[in-house]
Amino acid sequence: MADAIAWQESLLPIAGVQLRLRRAGKGPPLLVLHRDTGTLEQLPAYAELARHFELLLPEHPGYGQSERPTWMRSVRDLAAVHRWLLAELGLPKAALLGLGFGGWVAAEMASMAPLDPAQLILAGPMGIKPPEGAILDQALVSHIDYARAGFHDQAAFEALYGADPSTDQLVEWDICREMNYRIAWKPYMHSLTLAHLLGGVRAPTLLLWGAEDRVVPPAAAAGWQRAMPRAQRETIPGCGHCIEMEKPAELVRLVTTFAQRG
Amino acid sequence: MHIMYFTEQPMSAYPAEEGLKFGATALMFPNTHFDPVAGSRLYNEFIEQYKLAEAVGFDGIMLNEHHNAPFCMQAKANIFASILAAITERVKIVILGNPLPLSENPVRIAEELAMIDMISKGRLVSGFVRGGGQEQLATGVNPAYNRERFEEAHDLITRTWTQPGPFRFEGNHYHNRVVNPWAVPLQKPHPRIWIPGVISRETVIWAARHRYPYIALNTTVEQTNRIWELYDRTAEEVGFTSGPEYHGYLKQVHVAETDEKAIENARQFTWMQGEFTGLAHPVWSTPSGYSSPDQRRGFVEFSTGRGSSPRRRPSFEEQIRDNMIIAGKPETVIAKLRQVMEQTRPGIMSLWANDGFMSQQDSLTCIRLLGQEVLPAMREAAKALDLKSPFEAETPVSLAFSQDLKPRPAAAE
Repeated sequence: MADAIAWQESLLPIAGVQLRLRRAGKGPPLLVLHRDTGTLEQLPAYAELARHFELLLPEHPGYGQSERPTWMRSVRDLAAVHRWLLAELGLPKAALLGLGFGGWVAAEMASMAPLDPAQLILAGPMGIKPPEGAILDQALVSHIDYARAGFHDQAAFEALYGADPSTDQLVEWDICREMNYRIAWKPYMHSLTLAHLLGGVRAPTLLLWGAEDRVVPPAAAAGWQRAMPRAQRETIPGCGHCIEMEKPAELVRLVTTFAQRG
Repeated sequence: MHIMYFTEQPMSAYPAEEGLKFGATALMFPNTHFDPVAGSRLYNEFIEQYKLAEAVGFDGIMLNEHHNAPFCMQAKANIFASILAAITERVKIVILGNPLPLSENPVRIAEELAMIDMISKGRLVSGFVRGGGQEQLATGVNPAYNRERFEEAHDLITRTWTQPGPFRFEGNHYHNRVVNPWAVPLQKPHPRIWIPGVISRETVIWAARHRYPYIALNTTVEQTNRIWELYDRTAEEVGFTSGPEYHGYLKQVHVAETDEKAIENARQFTWMQGEFTGLAHPVWSTPSGYSSPDQRRGFVEFSTGRGSSPRRRPSFEEQIRDNMIIAGKPETVIAKLRQVMEQTRPGIMSLWANDGFMSQQDSLTCIRLLGQEVLPAMREAAKALDLKSPFEAETPVSLAFSQDLKPRPAAAE
């Protein structure tokens, strides 16, 4: 896998807050929408994707170093902010790669502008209530236990976060958590309307699921496939919820193959 | 001085070893460990305690509520307040307090409280709280909006009590098309509001800005005096001079015939501390967004075992030594209470007298001894120290209903 990448970083005023955006790489634009636990600065998956795409990695408003919009009440609001960001960048047709919670954001964005995204790639997306089981409730588990639950292989977690994550990391997770609660508390991490709004989306859609996902049960894919019957589904064996961190090469292979075909 | 009787209403009849095994005794500790037969007996024992507390001369009975935990059996303070409204004659019914953010309809709370006030013939003191962290999870209420909901619900309730209906209320969290309940409080302009708290600076400042007495819950002498400094400074800023009539203090105080027996019984106070803090899951007791951002680092450190609980209590022996728990025969307790009263000068005191597995017999003996010997001595000390209650000082119920505010310096704006 490629080395660390040198991000070009900027702060953009969107919807009354300063949004932190990092960009790197060359190729068709790909907007990466991060998880409910934020994102690390560097990931092997980012470095590899930057070889194929112009990677756009904003931090959601209220997460990481992006300012919190106190008015924001829903994930759909968050999606509208990212649509605004793409308009600001002149890249409304950027492909969308949504990771977990970010997959929910990406799907909301696509439902708002069904003709726009070049491709829609959803990796273990939250946002639709699983037909059985429930999306793992972070309100009931510690920050570390929740982050670890995203990995089937705990060694992969420890390689990125350390066996004992730093207090700074815990603080960052707590800030993410507070924002998750502000916009996705009830119903918890899903929408009652999204599934009904996805039928118009024209973008080729790829649904990825880690076979061992303990955060969003793989059974949830059925709901997505009902809402988006043309979506292609791939399951990654031996992988938990955080596909880009646990099986980066596999994710990059699937994303690039799909994008080239799309 | 206003002196209240308080018990957490502990559900002591559950297998304690199961709690230790589970690692927590709140929120997710299975309610299969609750025994309604014991619950029925205990509720009725608490009623007996309250009746005796009135008979022996307490001025008030303090009530509270918690959810999903054996340390407190009151799941709705207004239910016990209603019972007391009917079965007592004289005592103030002091709810400390109704956890406002847990309510989806504060007008309903305003109605219930108005009914209690009328039935009790104007004996209600209506405190409000934010509710513990676990309570937010137990009731499905968003912890990230806890303070917003608290303040908005408070505004709606006080308007419901004082503004002629019908009117419309549109907030961020509460939206009422028609506010026009037919039950309104007997006390005018409205029942007194007291605000209890432990460690949140924001709540102290909020209480002072509204001119509501603040009740420090079982804090140390040093913490208590720091709270008064902050309260009094804020009071000056908004135009009134604070004093004992705005300062309330809850203390764990147990009396028995002998020092030995009292100390032995008082060990039960650590039962509740174990329940409330030692055996609480930190992620449940402090959900993200519930506390102020400056406590974020402390709480995440605590949640991973890297830091101690910001609500930590020292050992029983230390608590006895530092007068955090006061226990003994009446003379012992009187001397210690005098000392604490001199050190903290409250106009309101609540005596948290019985907890854990203390027997009903010992609890009743404690209440009797408090009434016969301790209360008269406290009143005498309060007189000597000039510690007046809000009733004795006839303070206004709130800043909004104050006629005596000092003009604020223009530069303060």
